[in-house]
Amino acid sequence: MSTATPAIEVKAVRKTFRVKGGTFGTDRHVVAVDDVSFAVPAGGVLGVVGESGCGKSTLARLILGLLEPSSGEIAVEGQRIADMDRRARARLIQPVFQDPFSSLNPLARVRDIVAMPLRAQGNIDRAEVTRRVDEMLARVGLPGEMGQRLPTELSGGQRQRVAIARALVLRPRIVVCDEPTSALDVSVQAQILNLLSELRRELGLTYLFISHNLAVVEHVAAEVAVMYLGRIVERGETDALFRKPEHPYTRALLASVLTPEPGLGVPDVGLGDILPDPANIPPGCRFHPRCPIAEPRCAVETPPLKPRPGGGVECLLAP
Amino acid sequence: MTALLEVEALEVGFAGGTAAVRGASLTVERGETHCLVGESGCGKSVTALAMMNLLARGARRSAGKLAFDGVDLLPLSDSAMSRLRGDRMAMIFQEPMTSLNPAYTVGSQMTEVLRRHRKVPQRMAVDRAADLLARVGITAPGMRLGQFPHQLSGGLRQRVMIAMALMCDPQLLIADEPTTALDVTVQAQILRLLATLQRDLGLGMLLITHDLGIVARVATRVSVMYAGEVVESAATAQLFANPRHPYTQGLLRSVPVPGKQRRDEPLGSIPGTVPRIGAGFAGCAFRERCEFADETCAQTIPRRSASPGHDYLCRLPA
Repeated sequence: MSTATPAIEVKAVRKTFRVKGGTFGTDRHVVAVDDVSFAVPAGGVLGVVGESGCGKSTLARLILGLLEPSSGEIAVEGQRIADMDRRARARLIQPVFQDPFSSLNPLARVRDIVAMPLRAQGNIDRAEVTRRVDEMLARVGLPGEMGQRLPTELSGGQRQRVAIARALVLRPRIVVCDEPTSALDVSVQAQILNLLSELRRELGLTYLFISHNLAVVEHVAAEVAVMYLGRIVERGETDALFRKPEHPYTRALLASVLTPEPGLGVPDVGLGDILPDPANIPPGCRFHPRCPIAEPRCAVETPPLKPRPGGGVECLLAP
Repeated sequence: MTALLEVEALEVGFAGGTAAVRGASLTVERGETHCLVGESGCGKSVTALAMMNLLARGARRSAGKLAFDGVDLLPLSDSAMSRLRGDRMAMIFQEPMTSLNPAYTVGSQMTEVLRRHRKVPQRMAVDRAADLLARVGITAPGMRLGQFPHQLSGGLRQRVMIAMALMCDPQLLIADEPTTALDVTVQAQILRLLATLQRDLGLGMLLITHDLGIVARVATRVSVMYAGEVVESAATAQLFANPRHPYTQGLLRSVPVPGKQRRDEPLGSIPGTVPRIGAGFAGCAFRERCEFADETCAQTIPRRSASPGHDYLCRLPA
């Protein structure tokens, strides 16, 4: 496997945004993704976890080619995403977003929504479009008559099935799932997670699976990257990372998972109230203002990446 | 001694014939946390709003009994009800940004609550507000009192909402999805705070949530709602160890738990979707999705007792 071309390869990618300071303020630079590198093998699932503002959705948009990195390179199946035209990119990599309400055109019928990527290719005849739309709707568990409906006439779970059908209709190799179940009820979330994992096995897909819910990520991803203020602060094989998290932020995230086990109470996650601000990244270790075990040097020294099997951790205090 | 909050056979209907709450009964005892759990549209928030008489115009409410601290709330006038709200029964909502007024400082909103219900000088109200901000874990409360809601993070705003709800020393706190809009680490901090306050102040709390993890960790008692009905109610340990209603069982199987299932092994899920309940609906609302359903499920469903304090709405024997 190690010699095969990775499905996704991200090399030293950085993305900054300029935020206008208003009439009297000065412009500020927000570093949304800061020197991030990783690779996902073909057929693998990398889970990306982190809280709001950690840069996980920016990372998704970079990999999809919807944003250009400020520096660094992204390759999908060995090809630089920046060199690909939109149609070629669409055949290779597709997104599924969080909110199936705002990501589906409310005025288009389900059939047309799912057919859109095929029509946009410009060289697929009508009969073939119809055939592949029917096949895809059936594959995601939507009865054929749903094709005539509008998104507003569907439940949240059905809308997310439409979004998945649209993502897969071009038979891409890679799907970027950005919080695909966060807007759904728990029983529907289970249906969609089961569908995504069936499809991955059958079609040999590679997933980048972004979520704030660690329990969900643990269920679907073989590898996990933990993001904090634009950086991957810990990455590793899922089981090892859940068993022995090394970064204090990973430990806090894990402590915050409220499993349905009565009698355990609500854990003390040990974090202060200072919330991360991507426009104002602390010097030294960016986690030190919230870190329960920070030492004075954490405010000064930048933690190096300490390699681990299948990943690494960026903490000065890790052995 | 009577229970703090008693609701029997609550019905709420909206214009157009939608039955949002259908015969829901629940009791909140003093000093306990009762969780009302269910998925979107099951009627859990409407139940809370109906208790507080905060339903939108056009909604119809009726109940066999609705009593707070032994006082019948059903015949109370709007003004009598508004004297109770924010005073002895307080409520916090999911999105603290939309429930705080963006045009007023934290301090002026907090003191207004107290001065609306009690004759106290402004100076004392400010002191009380500062004390409570400190109590909910906000550092530099004096500075925060002078700030506007937009200057606070989501977690801080929710702490302010909690402090504001406590201004008049309520006996009952109704919290509707208080942590749903927050990041997971902040959620854990806020829930821990609520649990501590509930215990220290002896509050009765009705916590509305869709999250079974939260239920397991904070509830004394749980009521599960589905399509406007309370389909199962039990002490927390009992509900998780011995769920009787097929819907409760399905919900519990749907939750991914780290280390429990193997990766890619399908999670238990509930097929289908929640039905639309119109006027004249009869029988079990879950029957279309239930693996145990038969033709008798279209008839009136008995409420069975699994053990003392544990009942469920299903024809299946315990």
